[in-house]
Amino acid sequence: MVYLFVGIGGMIGSVIRYLLSTAAAGLMDETFPFGTLFVNLTGAFLLGWITNKFVSLKKLPPLLLTALTTGVIGSYTTFSTFCLETIKLMEQGQYLFSFLYILISLLGGLLFVRIGLKMGEQ
Amino acid sequence: MTEILFVSIGGFFGAICRFVLSRMLKGAGGFPVGTFIVNLLGAFLLGLFVGLQLHGHLYILIGVGFMGAFTTFSTFMLESEQLQIAGKNKSFYAYVVLSLVIGLGVLYCGLMIGKSIDL
Repeated sequence: MVYLFVGIGGMIGSVIRYLLSTAAAGLMDETFPFGTLFVNLTGAFLLGWITNKFVSLKKLPPLLLTALTTGVIGSYTTFSTFCLETIKLMEQGQYLFSFLYILISLLGGLLFVRIGLKMGEQ
Repeated sequence: MTEILFVSIGGFFGAICRFVLSRMLKGAGGFPVGTFIVNLLGAFLLGLFVGLQLHGHLYILIGVGFMGAFTTFSTFMLESEQLQIAGKNKSFYAYVVLSLVIGLGVLYCGLMIGKSIDL
């Protein structure tokens, strides 16, 4: 049963990621991967927030929590595409952009997850 | 519309595979081995598929849907932050740096292997 819930969560998270990242790519300059950056940072914030808001307090049934955290948010963000885009920037000789992409993703991700955890505590 | 169908089918199976694999690998000395291995494996495979030049709907199914959902950035960040909160600074730096360096390395290897295979 839990597999089905995680799977359905995965469908929802993946589709939202696809729609948002293609929309962001269409809006902005195509050389920098703003789409993935956006979903990864917002997903880090959401996971931190939900972890302290619901997981620690056990306000939701465990099955729904796993579907929401592991399923939806886990699939909404992506590590493989982040690595692929970094390598692509390097192959194009955009070393500064690839460095900035890594830096903003990691430092921003850690900052956003921390803000989410703090806000979820209240 | 078909793109959304392909992404969701890939996402369905990618999320389940991540859940199963990271559960199997969980709990080795407080280091988040599950997510670590899943992310590196996913990075290698995505590189391989891109190297093999998957196009169109097949790429959306496997690359965007499955591999996108199989790997995760949010859990990686949450676990890193939790290591830091727990005062496990060595594990924190090791987790972040090794994920990044090995992730980029294996993705590049996958890309090269994929390109060298003639389908």
